[in-house]
This record gives sequence, C-alpha cells and structure tokens, in this order.
Amino acid sequence: MNGKSKVRLGTLKRGTQARISGIQLQGFSSEWRTRLLEMGFLEGESVQVVHESPFGGDPIAVRIRGSMIALRRSEANAIEVVIE
Amino acid sequence: MNFGVSLNQEKPIEIALLGNPNCGKTSLFNAMTGGRAKVGNYPGVTVECKEGRVLTGSGVTLSLLDLPGSYSLSSRTPDEEITRDVVLGFHPDRSSPDVLLAVADATQLERSLGFVLELRDLGKPLVLALNMMDLALQRGLDLDLKVLSRELGFPVIPTVAPRKRGIAELTTELQKEALKGRDLKMAQSQISPQFQKWGEAEIKKRFLEIDRILALATRCLPQFTVWTDRIDQVVLHPIWGSLFLIFVLAFVFQAIFTWAQVPMDWIKDSIGFLGEVIHRKIPEGPLQSLLVDGVLAGVGSVLVFLPQILLLFAFLLFLEDSGYMSRAAFLMDRLMARVGLHGRAFIPLLSSFACAIPGIMAARTIENRRDRLTTILISPLMTCSARLPIYSLLIAAFIPNRVILGPLRLQGLVMVGLYFSGVVMALLMAVIFRKSFLQGANSVLLMELPTYKWPNLRDIFLGLLNRGKLFIYRAGTVILTASILLWFLASYPKPLPGEPGPAISYSLAGQLGRWLEPGVKPLGFNWKIAVALIPGFAAREIMLGSLATVYAMDEKEGGSHLLGERIAKEWSVATALSLLVWYVLACQCFSTLAVAHRETHSLRWPAFILVYMTGLAYFGSFLTYQISVRIGLG
Repeated sequence: MNGKSKVRLGTLKRGTQARISGIQLQGFSSEWRTRLLEMGFLEGESVQVVHESPFGGDPIAVRIRGSMIALRRSEANAIEVVIE
Repeated sequence: MNFGVSLNQEKPIEIALLGNPNCGKTSLFNAMTGGRAKVGNYPGVTVECKEGRVLTGSGVTLSLLDLPGSYSLSSRTPDEEITRDVVLGFHPDRSSPDVLLAVADATQLERSLGFVLELRDLGKPLVLALNMMDLALQRGLDLDLKVLSRELGFPVIPTVAPRKRGIAELTTELQKEALKGRDLKMAQSQISPQFQKWGEAEIKKRFLEIDRILALATRCLPQFTVWTDRIDQVVLHPIWGSLFLIFVLAFVFQAIFTWAQVPMDWIKDSIGFLGEVIHRKIPEGPLQSLLVDGVLAGVGSVLVFLPQILLLFAFLLFLEDSGYMSRAAFLMDRLMARVGLHGRAFIPLLSSFACAIPGIMAARTIENRRDRLTTILISPLMTCSARLPIYSLLIAAFIPNRVILGPLRLQGLVMVGLYFSGVVMALLMAVIFRKSFLQGANSVLLMELPTYKWPNLRDIFLGLLNRGKLFIYRAGTVILTASILLWFLASYPKPLPGEPGPAISYSLAGQLGRWLEPGVKPLGFNWKIAVALIPGFAAREIMLGSLATVYAMDEKEGGSHLLGERIAKEWSVATALSLLVWYVLACQCFSTLAVAHRETHSLRWPAFILVYMTGLAYFGSFLTYQISVRIGLG
C-alpha cells in the first residue's frame, strides 16, 4: 500500500483488485454501514470487482471473504479502497 | 401426521433452525424430518416457517422449526424479524426454543460463522451443522473439527443434507444439548437471553474472532469454484447473459403452455367422464344438477390448472436452488431501479406469473418498506396462471388463428400481448406509486450471488408437494363453496311453469346480473357476464366455471354445446376484447387481498389494491369496448 491513493469501490473497473481502507459514513445511513460490515466489508479485507451488469456496468459483483456480493456503484462508493 | 407423539408424555424438544440464505437449511430440514412438514400458507422458498418432527433413537421427539434465512438478528426485513422474535421468545405464538441449530455453509466459513457467533452471544444451547461438507472438501477445505468445536465452545457436526450424512449424529447432539439446557434452567431458574442491537464494534470483533478461530482450525480454506466463475462468464456476459435470461424466461413460458397440455387434458377428460357417470347413475333432478353443473363445473375448471401451476413452481424452485435467480435479479436491477424498485423485486414479480400469493410473500426479502409495499401493490398485475383459462377460452373463440410470420400466429401474439400489457401496467404503476405516496430515497442493493449448485430433486419435489396440496385444498374449500353457492343462486327460484325465456333469468343470480347490467353495459358485458363476475371476485378461475354454470343452466336441454362455441355465437369481438382487458387489470382474487392484509398488517393496502385495480380495469375495459365498437368490431 506504499503511498497509493484512496479511491471509491464504486469507481473501479471489472477485474480490479483492491484492499478496503475504510467505510465512509457521510451521505450513507448507519444502517447501510452495519449491513456492509455484516457482509464482511471490513477494513483490511481484500476485494475484487468480478462482474459488471451488462446495462451500463451497474450494479457490480465483488468477491470478498470467499463470497460474491452484488451492490450498486453509488452505494459501493461508501467503501474506500486502495488499489493493489 | 402422527409421529408417535403419544409415546413420550414429555413435551417435545423445541429446536429452531437458523442460518444465512442459501446455506442449505431447507434441505437439512427435509433430510431430518423426511420432508413431512406442517406448512403455513404458500411458502416462497422459506418464506413461511415450516415445522416438522423427528423421533430420535431413544424415543424423544424433536420439534424442528425452519426459520427464514437471515444474515443477522438486526431485523431489517420481516423475515429477519420473525427469526429474531422466535429465537428470543418474543413471538406471541410460540415459546422460546430449547436449542438453536445453526446451519453454516462449509464452503463459506469466513462469512457464515458471523451469524453463528451472534447466536452464540445469546447464551442459549447451540449446535452447529456444517452443511455442504462434501463440496467444501472438494474445494480444498482442510479443517480440524475438534479444534473448531473447542474454540467455538459448542458441538459442531459436519453434514451433507441431500445424502443424509451427519443427520443421526446431529439429532443425538441436539438431544444432549437440550437435556443439558433443561438442567441448567432448573439450576438457574431462568435464563433470558439478553439482547441489544449490536454495534459496529461487536460486528468487527466477531469477524476478528472468526479469523482467529479459522487460523487455528483450518490449514486451507475452500476455493471459490472454477465452475461458478466459468458459468458466470457466460451468464453475466453483456450480450450472452441477456440473451440467456430471455431464453430462460421464454423456455419457462413455452414449457408451461405446451408440456402442461397433456396432463391438463387428462384431468379434463377425467372430469368429463365423472360427469357422464353421474348423469347415468343419478336421476335427473336437483341433486344431479348440483353435482354436475355446480360442483364438477366449478371445481373441475380450477383443478385443470394444477399441472401448469406445478410446472411453473418447479422452474422457479429450480432456478432459485441452482443459484441462477439472484443472477437474474442482478441483471434486472438496472431496469428495476428505473421504476424505483430493487433488483430483488424481480423474484416476487416473476413468482406472480404463477400466482400473486407467493409473489407477495416473496417480497419479504426486500428491506426497504416503500420498495416492499410497491412490489406488493403491483404483484397482482402480473398475469397469474388463474387468468390463463379465460385468456385461452376467449382467444380460441374470438381470435382467428391467422399466420403472421413463420411459426408466429395471431392467437399466440395476442396471448403474449396480454402478458406484456400486464407487465407494462405493473411497471407504470410502480413509477406512479414511487412518485406519489411512496416517495423516498431509492433502495439499496446488497445481494449475495451464491455459487451454482445442482438442485436436489427431492427438495424440489417436496416443495411442489406442499404447493400442490395447498392448491387442491383451496379448490376443495373456497372454490367448492363458491361453486355450490353460485349454483344455488343460479337455480332458484325456479320459473313458474309455462313462463317463457331461460330459467336462469328468473333466479337470484339472474336478477342480480340484470341489476348490475346497466353498470357494466358500457364495457360491453351482458347480464350473464355480470353474474359470472360476482363469484369471480372470490377467485378468477371461478369465473370460467361460473360462465359454464350460467350457460349450462341457461340451456333447457342440458349442456351439449361447448362453452367456447356458445359465447362465440353470442358475444361480439368487442365484448371479448373488453373482458380480456378486464382480466388483465382487475384484482379478482380474495386470497391475494387476504395475503396482502397479512403482509402489510393493515386493511388499507388490500383495500387500495382492490380499488385501484378495479378502477383500472373498468377504465381499460371501457376504452377497449368503445374503441372496438367504433372500428367495427361490435
């Protein structure tokens, strides 16, 4: 993670591998944040964008903690990542 | 369903099954109980709780409750609410379970243990079934069960539900834990599980705990399957994925219309044969008329649909269990978001093609209240299978089977058009509702795409058995009652001897129909249609039986003409089109309203469904009839 800048998960292209550096609270409900945590979106976890929807590339499917989770790009932006 | 309850006087041990969605919980339930379950109404996949009994080797009865799959006890969806209430003993109808049976997908330990640890924090006796152990081992899981159980602090049993592996060990362990729990209860008089809404710190701590335990207990975690990746390459591909989805839907509908035909003909023939037998054995009179024109005509016209409904449910169960359904929701999310809905709303709407009842119940998995309500409100607009008979009848009678292009014929095209207009209307109403009284922030999507699995045919069969039973039960109760009532209304009072005209016009039904006629005349409906529409409000499929009853009774010589031929002579094309539109739009289903009432906990929403759909239907039929007459179809 040497000095690489933080980006939002929702902006990543398919195939990108990244590591979660934090979850933003601003603009997102605390419930959403809890939900993400329950699904395993924790700081330090590695995450990869595996699929994009054929229609406008949204939603995306990411692999995390051995499962595949679909979420919309706008909401994936709650997750800050560092590209690996 | 007697499982020798009388053998032991003691109260059965109450066990609650808990786990994430897609962890094979229902399959495990089936393996343990042999599939004999008491189900509430129309289960979605596990929408309603199922209850079953197991008799252990030592003669103790375990009562198993299969709770809806959930990711936590935070109760954001009605499904999770039920789960939480039952586990904590808040549920009004049942006592707190003696033992919790947590089910975890062994291929996804990293995530599924989170919920298990949350359950552990409740302090109740707990047993963990590590399900799909065979798959996990195939994918390279190297696990020390003893270490896992020691670190978790409760028994862990590996299971393979479809092969019944680990089931005996599981029941033994559950029984042991229950006895321990009972002793504990006596010693400490009362343990009530303390529960607070967990904060973020607890959730994070739990995941750290998982990592710690897995580091001790495993040498290698299962890999994500190559197969799932390969299939997804195609199924979620920008072009192939969309084509595949269209192909799947087209195949399902094609199959429903063609494959179901043969068994439907058998049922039709058997009912016809039964009618003949009754004609021969029972002398002409009120009893014969009641059995043939009332009971057989009414119930028979509904039972004919059983093959179609079962086939559609079979496809839905197969798609769900294989893991494709959530991919379909993923693909549809963009479109659904455009009308303000959640990608997952696709599943209730698709189920509504079979029947709005499981559709409305499946909406339980949608978190956002407004989203869920919108889905419930529009589900009855999707063309359910109960509409099919009237579509088939009217199309066959009024639409010429002209070839349009290649295998494409006008009749088929009209059928597709009717389905399509239902969908368009539903989406349109969703936009309107979301822009008016259900305004609010768009929903969020957070959905697991499970690995693909070959569905267990036995589980699908058991699911179908339950649905078939419920359907027949309904035909034998609601529809039977309505048919007999209608027959009575259509038969009495009898005309005085020598009076002209058909007998039915003197009956109560005839009088009621005539009274309603001015109201439905602008729609092109005659009094007979009005009569048949009245019981049709209880359930759509009764309308056909009612029409048959009304027309069979109308004829003095007895029903030798087929209904289709009769109405083709008597109605105009404009009337037929108008009635088709009425059927697309009207909410003629008492059960739909009842389930909407149960799901929304209010009378307001079912009342709203009835009013808005009837309004739409009246308006739509009015327009159709008036326009058709103007262009010369009157």
